[in-house]
Amino acid sequence: MIGELTGNVPTGPLADAWTQHKFDMKLVAPNNRRKFDVIIVGSGLAGASAAATLGEQGYNVKVFTYHDSPRRAHSIAAQGGINAAKNYKSDGDSVQRLFYDTVKGGDFRSREANVHRLAEVSVDIIDQMVAQGVPFAREYGGLLDNRSFGGAQVSRTFYARGQTGQQLLLGAYQQMMKQVQLGTVELHTRSEMLDLVVKDDRACGIIVRDLVTGAVTRHSAHAVLLCTGGYGNVFYLSTNAMYSNASATWRAHRRGALFANPCFTQIHPTCIPASDDFQSKLTLMSESLRNDGRIWVPTDADDTRSPDQIPEAERDYFLERKYPSFGNLVPRDVASRNAKAVVDEGRGVGPLKNGVYLDFAAAIERVGVHVIKERYDNLFQMYERITDEDPYKVPMRIYPAVHYTMGGLWVDYHLMSNVPGLFVLGEANFSDHGANRLGASALMQGLADGYFVISYTLANYLADLLGTPAVPVDDPVFAHAQATVDDQVKRFLSIGGTQSVDHYHRELGKIMWDYCGMARNRTGLEKALSEIPALREEFWKNVRVLGDGPMNQSLERAGRVADFFELGELMVRDALEREESCGGHFREESQTPDGEALRDDHRFAHVSAWESGGPGGTPTLHREPLTFDNVHLTQRSYK
Amino acid sequence: MHVTLHVWRQAGPGAPGTMETYDAPDISEEMSFLEMLDVVNERLNSQGREPIAFEHDCREGICGSCGMMINGQAHGPERGTATCQLHMRKFADGEHIYIEPWRAKAFPVLRDLVVDRSAFDKIVEAGGYITAPTGAAPDANLTLIPKDVADAAMDAAACIACGACVAACPNSAAQLFTSAKVNHLNLLPQGQSERYQRVLGMVDAMEEFFGSCTNHGECQEACPKEISIDFIAYMNRDYVRAQLKNRKLLSQD
Ligand SMILES: Cc1cc2nc3c(=O)[nH]c(=O)nc-3n(C[C@H](O)[C@H](O)[C@H](O)COP(=O)(O)OP(=O)(O)OC[C@H]3O[C@@H](n4cnc5c(N)ncnc54)[C@H](O)[C@@H]3O)c2cc1C
Ligand code: FES
Repeated sequence: MIGELTGNVPTGPLADAWTQHKFDMKLVAPNNRRKFDVIIVGSGLAGASAAATLGEQGYNVKVFTYHDSPRRAHSIAAQGGINAAKNYKSDGDSVQRLFYDTVKGGDFRSREANVHRLAEVSVDIIDQMVAQGVPFAREYGGLLDNRSFGGAQVSRTFYARGQTGQQLLLGAYQQMMKQVQLGTVELHTRSEMLDLVVKDDRACGIIVRDLVTGAVTRHSAHAVLLCTGGYGNVFYLSTNAMYSNASATWRAHRRGALFANPCFTQIHPTCIPASDDFQSKLTLMSESLRNDGRIWVPTDADDTRSPDQIPEAERDYFLERKYPSFGNLVPRDVASRNAKAVVDEGRGVGPLKNGVYLDFAAAIERVGVHVIKERYDNLFQMYERITDEDPYKVPMRIYPAVHYTMGGLWVDYHLMSNVPGLFVLGEANFSDHGANRLGASALMQGLADGYFVISYTLANYLADLLGTPAVPVDDPVFAHAQATVDDQVKRFLSIGGTQSVDHYHRELGKIMWDYCGMARNRTGLEKALSEIPALREEFWKNVRVLGDGPMNQSLERAGRVADFFELGELMVRDALEREESCGGHFREESQTPDGEALRDDHRFAHVSAWESGGPGGTPTLHREPLTFDNVHLTQRSYK
Repeated sequence: MHVTLHVWRQAGPGAPGTMETYDAPDISEEMSFLEMLDVVNERLNSQGREPIAFEHDCREGICGSCGMMINGQAHGPERGTATCQLHMRKFADGEHIYIEPWRAKAFPVLRDLVVDRSAFDKIVEAGGYITAPTGAAPDANLTLIPKDVADAAMDAAACIACGACVAACPNSAAQLFTSAKVNHLNLLPQGQSERYQRVLGMVDAMEEFFGSCTNHGECQEACPKEISIDFIAYMNRDYVRAQLKNRKLLSQD
């Protein structure tokens, strides 16, 4: 039974809460740490930083990743940068301001105490990563350089060309590999977690499938950390890496972990528009481009001239017009919705009229082509490779795409789920971004969780378990969980239907995008709620997975898509239940007269945390109330 | 467009493999190379034939998962481009395209086009890090790093560990990969304390798995990140110095 849901936030003034709480929590002495086994699933920024840190501290760590190398986690693809309240530019930044911007940017649907802690440790992250050898961009004098991102009026974003995620991940990965060499971290690559094992209401291990041999094995530990990333691929087309999936968190959800705010999805405004049905994923063009690019469409929907032939007076720089103080740097949800609005009006550009221009002509004239090259060349090249158009000469065409999921497994202030011993870090949890994440804040959160939070809160949990051995893998709970995994594999291989896994994934993605995408309404959501189960039923009857146990990529995908079906349905349910607009969740029924998102704080200032109803059952909603004592609840305005 | 594929199929590690031919009509020029393979796989699946296994993840040229020999060239015909970023418009209608896995002793084939590149992780384990335990770091702006130094380190750090350098090398040497990893850290002020032990450890690990470099330069041509072979020279220089350097005098260079 799940009782009252509370975030276990420490009492006392917010600014000192984390410092005081670190002192109040229990510790595990250095010589006792090796008595504890810790499983970490995922080796992205959150997982690798946690593994390195816990390994250094002396715990017995086992890391699992389905990738062939930990360095390939999806974090590697992050382009733009990472925020930190260093105020190196003396432009008015502070921990207080980063805290404020993040709570406001999240449209008042995050937990204040978590966000404050995130802002506090942001400064340590940059120090840590520089020490690790991350080659952040520098000014000529040798100091670190910064740029601005959406939703902020200060320059607080650190970056390494357009490859910030790559460089940060390499830093954390290398630090972890040192621990692998020292033997404190045991690495299992090409190993996919397919179930969580729970005994006496505590997480005690996982079931893993070896993706090369197909062998299924059991692993036990005193605590399990899920650092498995987000679930944007439920939409089929997204900017996420192709393998990114929700199976680890979803299967933990089935074993009792609450799933929080599943409908909070971020649609990123600057991606390359889709070109056809064969499209397999969408490519992000970093938000940093909005520092120098100006977004516009022709005033006249029937204008067919090439962009350079359209005079200034006949262009609509719609963001600059509507939001003079933030202009092209409004937060992502606002930028995306406005792009959708002009495309829906028929003013879209490109052969399919499904994009808006992002134009660098003015910036090139202002600072020179070499400066633009220095800042964005790899992005410009990436764009040209895909579209065959040169953005130094013609404006880019961009359109919003699914990018990030703010929702995730529910965790308290300790990053622990409602299942004791199960911790969730990085994009996989729901914790810090509310209903909308600010650019450059996901990398920050992943590293905050892994480097500067988990080692304290995990020790606090483990301290009480000193002397308790981990549950042996021959315990019936392990056998039972393994049987579930084995059965599913057998079932897929025996269906022998006619359609591929990808076919069903694409169909599911269409439903999700049409009815639970950038704008949502009751009629559409109800439609989705009837279409998804029907399609899922067909999937289970008619999917074709050929081959056998050892390396079988269709089999891997089949399991992931099966989970997306269930998660997709929960997202729709959550979106239906939340009858307000906030951040990335836009309910058409709830908007201001000029079309901005209209929150309903009276009814919805809470976290929606769903308890699994089991196969075919109805999930139960639990609510964690949110209070705002430090940032006052106001309607967001970026005008 | 209409192309014919000749693809290496191999059921598992150590199993015999063969080239198989697949007809691929109705391919759009706008497709990426991997999207073309997706389409071919869908068609195979609907004919009850097992799809071709290949690795890929980001499809943006950054994760290093993808990689195959295309018409004998690592990552295919376009310079500075990973397989996932290659588009069908770079091929001619009617072309025969030969697709094989990376060929190198240190990269055993696991299935079809999938190889095991874990030897790269072993090289990193042997010294490819800067020891800076969590929480012990000084303020990030304390050490000034000249822009040219930071840029050069970044040029090396851009390596995506795809393995194309090894696959392209007649000796299956991993000098370009290893030198990129070594120099990313050895060029930076933070990397100096462990500079010589790093290069020794990593080069020794490399030699355990890979062949020797005889300066063909094929690696640089194949690298999707266009990493320069100058880094191999820097690595060799550090390796030689490491044999001689009195570690007690490290801070007096
Ligand atoms: C194109 C793109 C650009 C971005 N740019 C930025 C940016 O500039 N700034 C920013 O702050 N954020 C950015 N983001 C967001 C950010 O990259 C991610 O939110 C963040 O990297 C997630 O890190 P993570 O550690 O939580 O998970 P991930 O990096 O996704 O890692 C997940 C790990 O879990 C493993 N895993 C998952 N499931 C299983 C399982 N069942 N069994 C075993 N292993 C499993 C995977 O193998 C992987 O190792 C971007 C995102 C995208 C898509
Ligand atoms: S799929 Fe990531 S580099 Fe090609």
